[in-house]
This record gives sequence, structure tokens and C-alpha cells, in this order.
Amino acid sequence: MIEVTEGELHVYVDGALPEDRREAVEQWLANHPEDAARVAAWRAQAEAIRARFGGVINEPVPDRLKLDRILRTGRSWGALAAAAAIVAFVVGSTAGWVARGASAAAPNESEVFANEAIGAHRLYIGEVRHPIEVKAEEGHLLPWLSRRVGTLLRAPDLGAFDLKLLGGRLLPGVNAPAALFMYESGSGERVTIYVSRTTEPRTSFRYKVTDKFGALRWSEAGYGWVVSGPDDKPRLKLIAESMYEQLDLRTPAPPPPPPARSSANQLMSLRGS
Amino acid sequence: MSAFHQDIQKAIPALRRYARALTREVETADDLVQDTLVRALRSEHLFHGGDVRSWLYTILTNLNRNRLRSLARRPTLTPIEDDDAPDLAGPEAGGRDIERALAMLVDEQRTALLLVVLEGLTYREIAEVQGVPIGTVMSRLARARAQIKAYLDGGRPTLRRIK
Repeated sequence: MIEVTEGELHVYVDGALPEDRREAVEQWLANHPEDAARVAAWRAQAEAIRARFGGVINEPVPDRLKLDRILRTGRSWGALAAAAAIVAFVVGSTAGWVARGASAAAPNESEVFANEAIGAHRLYIGEVRHPIEVKAEEGHLLPWLSRRVGTLLRAPDLGAFDLKLLGGRLLPGVNAPAALFMYESGSGERVTIYVSRTTEPRTSFRYKVTDKFGALRWSEAGYGWVVSGPDDKPRLKLIAESMYEQLDLRTPAPPPPPPARSSANQLMSLRGS
Repeated sequence: MSAFHQDIQKAIPALRRYARALTREVETADDLVQDTLVRALRSEHLFHGGDVRSWLYTILTNLNRNRLRSLARRPTLTPIEDDDAPDLAGPEAGGRDIERALAMLVDEQRTALLLVVLEGLTYREIAEVQGVPIGTVMSRLARARAQIKAYLDGGRPTLRRIK
């Protein structure tokens, strides 16, 4: 019998397992009374929550929450929205004009993002004395950048690639502030990690070469990541994969045993569709 | 009424349900929903398609987090739970137990649990609402369930003795 992970048990309770796995889990539960008891307890919790709060949906909506009323009374936001729309229109048309002059197709956000990251990489790896703003040894590096970028950041450990974290800096990003982490190898090779908020949905890895620099980018959960270094695609890919794994496990201790990454993703996407 | 407004309108009862479970207070919950609606209407120009419902859950979740943060900064009177109060039997008691158990969770865990069991969002949608990877959503969910179980198992010794 294939091992059933705790993660899978949660997916099972939430009714998101594909049918073939569901049967496997049911068989598993028949032979593992402790897991069966947990599953029963989780189900009972969900039932209790629904029993307690589910009825709210049938209550009449109070007047103050009726949309037409909010629309009528909210003059100030109406004016604001109109002003914003005008600004957006002006900016939009200007941008369109500029783009028409420059090139036929405007680059998409992901490209702009990668260009920003490579630009920062190029600019700062050449710096001898001030490649970074805050050193890795300084305790406030991560809290500070996390706060400014808006998510809990952890600088991945790239020791396996002979890369040591020098430190980081804050940069103006495409949509929001960006953090740049710089790593250096024993031979002086420098690799940077660029991260900032993005409106792009989750993407796979994409590689781009500019001059002699390579940049591998992806986005996940509202944040875009770019790892830049010498143009060496297999190596950057390994670094990116290692980062990805480490960042995905960035939850505070004690973490429950997570399901195998690939199967969890598969299950999630099945449910999402 | 535009399609955008209609989508918002349709979501209001579910937003009230979610807010009620998050705050466990009628007025506070409706305040949150009202703020969410005002914010959503004001930010219509920022909405670039996608699921209006998920977007509204995101706004409400963020507003609630801000609310809890500002509450934490202010000294408040916390009601003391009366351990000697007789444990009622029946659904009333169960409802109160689950409320207490929810109150005990940290906000991120409570949010993840309620979005999945009460609002029926997928893990992926919750990851977007909370702005974290799916793995984080799953561990929040796991911890929420483990804590509630521990609370309910340990918190009701009378029931155990009867059994």
C-alpha cells in the first residue's frame, strides 16, 4: 500500500482528492485507526463550524450593507475613483504613445521585471566597496527587507553552490519595492536574487540572457523572483530549484510533515479546476 | 448595475458569514464587511479581472488583520472565561466550544481554516488570498486542526469521564 501523508488526509477531508486516491486513502484509514480518528475529528470540527456560522448566509442583509446604499452615500470615493480613472487614462494613453514609438509590442510585466533584475545585478556586482547596503551579519537585514517588500523573506542558503550571502539592498521595483540579495563565491563570482511583488500569476522557470548574464525568473503567490549570475543555465537552474525548495519550506516550526511536493501540486490543481 | 457590482452584491451574504466566524461578533463582523465593500468599490479601477469573490475575501482578510493588529497595540479588557460555568449539553455547547477553539488560533490559521471549511475555497485560492505558497496554507490548516482537536479533547474533561 502506498503511504498516505498527513497532507493528503487534509485534502481528503476537504473533498479535493481525485477518485483513485480517495479509495486508497479510505483503505489506508480502514487499517490505521489513529489516522481515522484524526480524520473524524477534523470532519467534526468542520461540521461544528458550519453548524455554528453557516446560517448567517440566510440572514437578511442589513441596510447599511446593501450595495446601492453604499453606492449612493459614497460620494467621496466616487470622485476619487473618477479622478483615478482620468489619471489612469492619461497615463495609459501616454504610455501607449511612447510604446508605439519605441517598439511594436510592449514588453509584458515578466520581461520588465527580468530587465529590472538584470539591470540591478549588472550595476551592483561591479561595485567593489558598496555592493550592498546592509551586510548579511546585521540582524535587521531580513526584517527590514521583509517589511518593505511586504512578505516574509528568507535568504536561501546557497552554500552547496559555494555561494555566501554578502547582504542585500532595497530597490524601486516595477510595481512595489524590491529586495536584492547578493551572494559571492570563493572565486569572487557574484549571484543576485531579486524579489518583488508582481501581478503575474504563478509561472514556471524562464531563462533570459543579456550580454554575458543569465537570469532565471518565476513567480508564485504574488511575488516574482529572479536569480541572476554568469550565463550558465544549468547552474542557475540548480540554484533556482534549491531556492524554490527552501522558500517553500519557510513556515515557522514545528511544521507538520508536508506531502510530497509534486503530488500535492497535482492535487491542488485538480481541485482548482 | 454593472456586472462588477452584481458580482459584489452576490458575495455579500458569504462575506458576512466569513466575517462573523472570523470575529464572532455581529457588529464587528458587519463593520468589516462594510469596510470591505467601500474599499472594493473605491478600488474598482485596480481590479484586473479574475474572481471578484476571491478578491473580496482578500480585502476582508487584510482589513481583519489590520484590525487585530491595532487591537493588539491598544490595552483592552479581556473577558475572563468562567471555568465554573456549567457545561451546557446539546448544540449550544458545541457552538460555544468551537467558538472558543477558533478564538484561540492565530489569525493566519483561523483564516485558512475558515476559508476552506466554511467558504469552500480551494487551497490555491487561499494561497492567493493570504499571499503565501500553498505549502504554507497546508501547514496553517494542519496546525489549526491539530490545535482545535487538542483544545476540544483536553478542554472538556466532563465528557471524557462520562465516556
